[in-house]
Amino acid sequence: MDLKTPLYDTHVKYGGKIVPFAGYLLPVQYASGIAAEHMAVRTAAGLFDVSHMGEVKITGRDALKNINLLVTNDCSGMYDGQVRYSPMCNESGGVVDDLLIYRSGENDYMIVVNAANHDKDVKWMKSRISGDAELNDISNEIALLALQGPKSKEILLTLADESDIPSKYYSFKSDVNVGGIKSIVSKTGYTGEDGFELYIAPGDAVLLWEKLMDAGRDFGLVPCGLGARDTLRLEAALPLYGHEMDEVITPFEAGLGFFVKMAKDEFIGKAALVKKGEPTVHRIGIELSDRGITRNGDRVFKDGKDVGYVTSGTMCPYVKKAVGMVLVSKNVNIGDVVTVEIRGRQAAAKAVPLPFYKKSK
Amino acid sequence: MSVQKDLFYAQSHEWVKYIGGGKALVGVSDHAQEEMGDVAFINLCEVGDVVDVGGGIGDIESIKAVSDIYSPVGGTVTKINDELLDDPSALNSDPYGSWLIELENVSENSKLMDAAAYEAFIAE
Repeated sequence: MDLKTPLYDTHVKYGGKIVPFAGYLLPVQYASGIAAEHMAVRTAAGLFDVSHMGEVKITGRDALKNINLLVTNDCSGMYDGQVRYSPMCNESGGVVDDLLIYRSGENDYMIVVNAANHDKDVKWMKSRISGDAELNDISNEIALLALQGPKSKEILLTLADESDIPSKYYSFKSDVNVGGIKSIVSKTGYTGEDGFELYIAPGDAVLLWEKLMDAGRDFGLVPCGLGARDTLRLEAALPLYGHEMDEVITPFEAGLGFFVKMAKDEFIGKAALVKKGEPTVHRIGIELSDRGITRNGDRVFKDGKDVGYVTSGTMCPYVKKAVGMVLVSKNVNIGDVVTVEIRGRQAAAKAVPLPFYKKSK
Repeated sequence: MSVQKDLFYAQSHEWVKYIGGGKALVGVSDHAQEEMGDVAFINLCEVGDVVDVGGGIGDIESIKAVSDIYSPVGGTVTKINDELLDDPSALNSDPYGSWLIELENVSENSKLMDAAAYEAFIAE
């Protein structure tokens, strides 16, 4: 039985086309379509319901110690109000999930997990924490809206004081009054644009959604579904669990080595990653020169030899190119001509660097 | 969502328009384009190909997914809509004007639905 977020009726009211996703009924798009929603986020702003994401609190004197054992990034030295991204590895160096870690206080952290991995993650973390640390799954107490795009800040400013809006990327403020609604305002997102994620009580979700839609009308704000969320993150080359990484693909192979601190004393998966050594594959981009759209799972060939596969692919509305992220042998270099097998047909493509889109400063 | 009166429809959401002289045009319905979303590419069979009722005539790539297209009638392909291939998004804005292929020596298919039956079918 698929769950509904607090905004289900609102999505229907706004013309959302509802599909099941990670155990939730969510809009894949609204009436204007994925391409128009995608363009709105690149040029103005978009509003997403991402309440399906899970949130877990880890508190106690040993909270940090436990988190540093669970995740590959180093969470020491974070300040209150800081967010950090990290993969969480299994014993073999594959990825259990990728997470956002929020530090609210010295002994008080919130971890945001992917909806599809929520149950697995909670079980994984619970069975591994020790000492003075308590884990609480607070997913049901939180709804999450993502306001993304260059106009996000102006829109938010109509509802909140400038001093309450975090200015630094990957930072957040708690107990912010956003149009009378208590919210965590986090300067994070999954679109490659500036934007905010607003953590609120489920009972406030509809009201905040409507307030933001009203406030955003003059700024070109549009509601966005899962479709645009995927094309936006893909265009910006942001990894998605189950595609760019999974229980087998290591963070190094996925191009997330920056978020693995091998200098840390110990973390789950470290021994396996040391043993594996330098990866033989890497994540790069391809751009199709032939017509067609490549999708997850399509095989990639160089000089007739199978060199890997497409982890995510689509037609990117802003760069207007059919592109894919690929996990391929390191023998494939940027600029190489490759072919990708799309439903039995060979299509020519070129290896290109990631991301496909980077916002101008 | 609209259903055009003078066309016949397949359960897989293609339409056929009989244009006389044993010829017909084939396209996809408004319902189909709405389900597919933003169309990015259209791949079609070639002029001269002989297609059977229900035979594949190509696929339509939208941002969301790829959809196979089946011919609602049999015949020999006499034309493909090159203009549409150059501007596939026209299929979203004008699905009944955006024919995909023209066939000759058309073998009619009595299992196709008329507009009223198709309207009822997609309302199910």
